[in-house]
Amino acid sequence: MNPKVVNKIATGVIYGLVILVVAILAALIGYILVTGVPHISWHFLTSPAQSFLAGGGIRDQLFNSIYLLVLTLIISFPIALGAGIYLAEYAPKNWFTEIIKTTIEVLSSLPSVVVGLFCYLLFVVQMRMGFSILSGAIALTFFNLPLLTRNIETSLESVSSLQREAGLSLGLSQWKTITGIILPAAVPGIITGIILSAGRVFGEAAALIYTAGQSAPFVDYTNWNIFSDTSFLNPLRPAETLAVHIWKVNSEGITPDANAISSGSSAVLIIVILLFNIFAHWIGNRLYKKMTSSK
Amino acid sequence: MKNYNLNQQYVRDFAVENAIEAHHVNVSYGEHQSIFDVSLSFPRFKVTAMIGASGSGKSTFLRSINRMNDNVATVDGDIMYRDVNINDDKINVYELRKHIGMVFQRPNPFAKSIRENITFALKKHGIKDKKELDQRVETSLKEAALWDEVKDKLDESALSLSGGQAQRLCIARAIAMKPDVLLLDEPASALDPISTSKIEDTLNRLKEKYTIIIVTHNMQQASRMSDYTAFFHQGHLIEFNKTSHIFTRPKMQATEDYISGNFG
Repeated sequence: MNPKVVNKIATGVIYGLVILVVAILAALIGYILVTGVPHISWHFLTSPAQSFLAGGGIRDQLFNSIYLLVLTLIISFPIALGAGIYLAEYAPKNWFTEIIKTTIEVLSSLPSVVVGLFCYLLFVVQMRMGFSILSGAIALTFFNLPLLTRNIETSLESVSSLQREAGLSLGLSQWKTITGIILPAAVPGIITGIILSAGRVFGEAAALIYTAGQSAPFVDYTNWNIFSDTSFLNPLRPAETLAVHIWKVNSEGITPDANAISSGSSAVLIIVILLFNIFAHWIGNRLYKKMTSSK
Repeated sequence: MKNYNLNQQYVRDFAVENAIEAHHVNVSYGEHQSIFDVSLSFPRFKVTAMIGASGSGKSTFLRSINRMNDNVATVDGDIMYRDVNINDDKINVYELRKHIGMVFQRPNPFAKSIRENITFALKKHGIKDKKELDQRVETSLKEAALWDEVKDKLDESALSLSGGQAQRLCIARAIAMKPDVLLLDEPASALDPISTSKIEDTLNRLKEKYTIIIVTHNMQQASRMSDYTAFFHQGHLIEFNKTSHIFTRPKMQATEDYISGNFG
């Protein structure tokens, strides 16, 4: 066959595959939005869930998901940043570093049910933290750490080594070179990692059933005392997230409008993830521009 | 490749003030030795070129002078700067590199504004006064012959500069530290001829104030710019003399073959 024909076939196949992937994605999101969006209303977003009656909302679950994400990032980002900087900049290239990297990969491939049960036994039961947002955030940190660490590591490594030489040649220490020059240049990549891990946090259900719990007790959104049982900020209260709510409504919901609630919740979940992506990109771009004065 | 007796060398001693004197320097990367017993002095306020084929060790030797080989290679021997052996473990390398600046082969401006490229290291070294910083930015950019091209866009990203401009920014960044010695590792080899000649003009003006050591594989460049030339071959210093002598009356066969393009 002549090269032109081969090239055309190959290009055709690749285009076909891309269209297939995009079509599946579009169909999924489209279906979820089309079936879900009609059920979204101000009332749906702002009222608490109902156990037996129709007309329940997802106010608490929506807030719990976002709060859980914030807590998880607060716990996991500093650890991942430190580990990523170590692996990318300081770790010697030897068998020990390889073991660390392999361990991180293994951690990321653990089934979420297993991690959930482990955290249930250790944090919820042994350490008496109970079903709580904090237990959930720690469980999610287990998933988040490998992803974020790897991402920060590769983002740092992708910054040219010429930049490190430049910093050192100006009499800057390695640490100042990393924090002042390399890290700012790696911001866009790190933001992408945060977005990916956030998607996972929003979507995770299995591990949270055992850790953050399946109930959303009454919370008072005007109570800012984080030690109060009814405060929305209390990290030790049980907190059903949106993803867990969808699972629960679908599997054991007995409200007459269970179907509508689950469709609406799914649509809200997707929309929140999209909004978070846009928001994170926006923040990331602003940050990058501020630190590198690029236009 | 022809075989030359690497133990024969012709190194002329000049009765001048030297900025840097290296004595019996050996450099090895793990098992692989790439510099063999090199003793070489660099006269103050002069331009010394180091020439030689790829892998001759000239860049490795250059990087030993400001300790950029730390954690990369093992450097033995004494390198004297202001009567101090800077190859000593106890030397504060961060302080040393303020005195011995470096410009690299590929332009490597930071992903920051043009102004910050120059002020970033200065600030980290404790210069906070805004007037002083502005002054350094202007002076160093003028010395590097870049001021007129960038004075209206100092706060734009340095990544928008052309390769030649970026390299002159790197020179400005290095001289803003007010170093004594400027090391240049093939500073124009990644640039087009016009940018190259601008860089050479810049360096020609700088040699009144700095001791310049330049690694180059461009022999026209070496003969145009330098006062002294050292020829390296396979990790050995073969010949060191005034540039005019090296290029007209080389003493060693290897040098003659290399500069006449009759090499290997």
